[in-house]
Amino acid sequence: MRYIEPHAHMVSRVTDDYVAMVTSGCAAVCEPAFWAGFDRSSVQGFHDYFCQLTEYEPKRAARFGLPHFCWLCLNPKESEDAAFAKDVLAIVPQFLDRPTVLGIGEIGLNKNSRNELKVLEWHVDFAARHDQLILVHTPHLEDKFKGTRLTLDVLRADSRIRPERVIIDHVEEHTVKMVLDAGFWAGMTLYPETKCTPARAVDILDGYGQERLWLNSACDWGVSIPLNVPRTALEMRRRGWSAEAVDRVIYQNPVRFLSQSPRFRVE
Amino acid sequence: MTRQQVLDLYFLDARHKLIEIAAFLDRVDRGSGEADFRLDAFREAMKHLADGEPKRAETILMALSDPTREPIGIAPGKGAIGAWPGRS
Ligand SMILES: [Zn+2]
Repeated sequence: MRYIEPHAHMVSRVTDDYVAMVTSGCAAVCEPAFWAGFDRSSVQGFHDYFCQLTEYEPKRAARFGLPHFCWLCLNPKESEDAAFAKDVLAIVPQFLDRPTVLGIGEIGLNKNSRNELKVLEWHVDFAARHDQLILVHTPHLEDKFKGTRLTLDVLRADSRIRPERVIIDHVEEHTVKMVLDAGFWAGMTLYPETKCTPARAVDILDGYGQERLWLNSACDWGVSIPLNVPRTALEMRRRGWSAEAVDRVIYQNPVRFLSQSPRFRVE
Repeated sequence: MTRQQVLDLYFLDARHKLIEIAAFLDRVDRGSGEADFRLDAFREAMKHLADGEPKRAETILMALSDPTREPIGIAPGKGAIGAWPGRS
């Protein structure tokens, strides 16, 4: 079995996770820029984080034979301070040409506030001006439905945005249809308590087709399971999916989307 | 999958979750003091389990969601709690 982990926060994980992923068939890992669990106090803090994502973490992954790619941005949990967000966005161009950067992400909304929305619009404009792929985070729990709708409004309002170059992540049963109907890719995050379980993710694949969907563990510093993509492959097999059908969802789909960036390469 | 296959694969898991919910509600009953809007939201959402309509997962997620369209003024914090206070 082979798979891509298209959304994992490896800077928060231990080296044993790399070993487990690679020995389970992981062929590449992609790391969106994210909240550290606390607010960074300066633009320099983001500078250092972007260095970690583009320099140190690819080296650490390479020690286990795993290609590591990343996405850059200021995440929605830190975008309430719009002036600060603007300063952070101003340093992103320094990193855009680095060889493992795939695009802008994970941008989006958290509590669906006006400032978050403004910062989302800046990121979308930035991605359009720099011709970057986009990875969107959708809010948690009670805020997800509203936030997904607001995000789609922002993306659709910008005529430069091509839906096939945008993935909207963390969809569930109540948001997947609006994302796919609008032509975007959708990501399902496999968490033990929130978002999707493996069983529900396979229900969604059964119900909404398998063309523009991918699976990820979004493992980070919180309760999360780095091997949840291969565990969901097991769920598919238990339900009678063929090995080829499983491969299409956990390997070929992410490769198809990510290969829109010339930097994304897997053996 | 046939219904038999679904039952073979998932019945024990679903049974386990059903009893966990029952035990949770008993635990809340035994607790002291006032509950809050989360318990009302939970009880409301639970009604959809037995209403015989399709897409129960989606309906329950919607019952626990903020359905409004306007962005809020300022984010009150970073976390979410799992139910929307505006409904009760
Ligand atoms: Zn993430």
